[in-house]
Amino acid sequence: MQRIKAYLRAMGAIVWKDLAAELRSRELLTSMLVFALLVILIFNFALELDIKARDSVTAGILWVTFAFAGTLGLNRSMASEKDRGCLDGLLLAPVDRSAIYFGKAIGNLIFMFIVEIIVLPVYSVLYNTNLFQPGLILVILLGSIGYVAVGTLLATMAVQVRTRDIMLPILLFPLAIPVLIAAVKASNGFLQAIPLAEILPWLNLLIVYDIVFIATAFMVFDYVVEE
Amino acid sequence: MIVVRNLLKRFGPKIVLQGLDFAVEKGEFVGLLGPNGAGKTTLLRILASLSRPSQGQVQIAGYRLPAQAAQVRRRLGIVSHQPLLYGDLTAEENLWFYGRMYALPDVKPRAEEVLRLVGLHPRRGDLVRTFSRGMKQRLAIGRAVLHDPDVMLFDEPHTGLDQDACAMLDTVLSEIAARGRTVVMTSHDLTRVADLASRFDVLSRGVIVASGTREEIGPDNLLRFYRQAVQSEGDV
Repeated sequence: MQRIKAYLRAMGAIVWKDLAAELRSRELLTSMLVFALLVILIFNFALELDIKARDSVTAGILWVTFAFAGTLGLNRSMASEKDRGCLDGLLLAPVDRSAIYFGKAIGNLIFMFIVEIIVLPVYSVLYNTNLFQPGLILVILLGSIGYVAVGTLLATMAVQVRTRDIMLPILLFPLAIPVLIAAVKASNGFLQAIPLAEILPWLNLLIVYDIVFIATAFMVFDYVVEE
Repeated sequence: MIVVRNLLKRFGPKIVLQGLDFAVEKGEFVGLLGPNGAGKTTLLRILASLSRPSQGQVQIAGYRLPAQAAQVRRRLGIVSHQPLLYGDLTAEENLWFYGRMYALPDVKPRAEEVLRLVGLHPRRGDLVRTFSRGMKQRLAIGRAVLHDPDVMLFDEPHTGLDQDACAMLDTVLSEIAARGRTVVMTSHDLTRVADLASRFDVLSRGVIVASGTREEIGPDNLLRFYRQAVQSEGDV
């Protein structure tokens, strides 16, 4: 019981530390947000879509935006720990190292949700599409969890090498293909009002992906951070 | 308190520590000397459970590494040339954070106590990024002693500090040693270590080439061993 309490406390401390530091510096959120807004703006001007075409590409544009902005955030979140040597400080704590992974992942997820909460209304206005549907929100939730779960693990690996800025996308995008395809298909299904039975396999894939990568990270994080 | 037997550490084809034997008694202040590249930092990182030995046995306070790493980390404080602090948090917030990571029961009173110990209580509400290098190093010591560890590891803590900051750091180090903690400090600055340590070990090319107490070795011999180690490292 005592160990679980210490584990949760360490996890909570990392989330609190990331939020408190970000509240002061606003480095990570600003870069993610500006990048995300620029992406949807550029797509809006570049594609010049009619209403019908707009509906069919909405899910794709949304997930490209989330994936790119998310990668930016994941990279910076781990790089800031490594550059200041603070990763060693975290690793010195007498807790199971997976607590560090979960603390960082929850922090990254909160930043990603904040970006998504701001991007959704802006997208709705720009593309004249209603994105505030419970089904779509559920897909965004599940997709973001999967993306951050695998992204936090790979960002921890990528941060150890000199070419970390390009290493994370190279490692992450191939592994994130299942979650992105499932998220785009499921999002599209809800936006096009396709019957739930047809969307369900994609939702299931998202859930399975989330579980598999959270479990994998829990098992391998200790080896990833060890010298 | 610290027992290292036949320790070997490989980074790819490069062998950094080659069958090193090293032991530190409880309450000893050991100065680990050696030129750059001798393996001092690697040894400290292994003792701190930040790096896994390629071969050999490491035991701290009766616990074996890497199998019982969490128990070892609970009894260990480390100060390196990087302060391991967050610039966007205040001094006390940094200590609260590390206190929670170490599952301390009363984090806030303990943080106050430590801030007074390192002389930073008046600046407790200031962001760490506004601190000088010397203040950061003092806070780093505060972070390292926060959980009252039995063993302290210092990896060239004087690096980048001016004379005043070095003198202040020496005072804090002496206080830590006076409290009976076991201390291992690496350095290539002989004069600093000579004043503080009760025993010296000279490391060269991954092995201990000389070891003895201050009285056994004496300042002249210490200098001679150190010069030989530097020369040997240069011959590689």
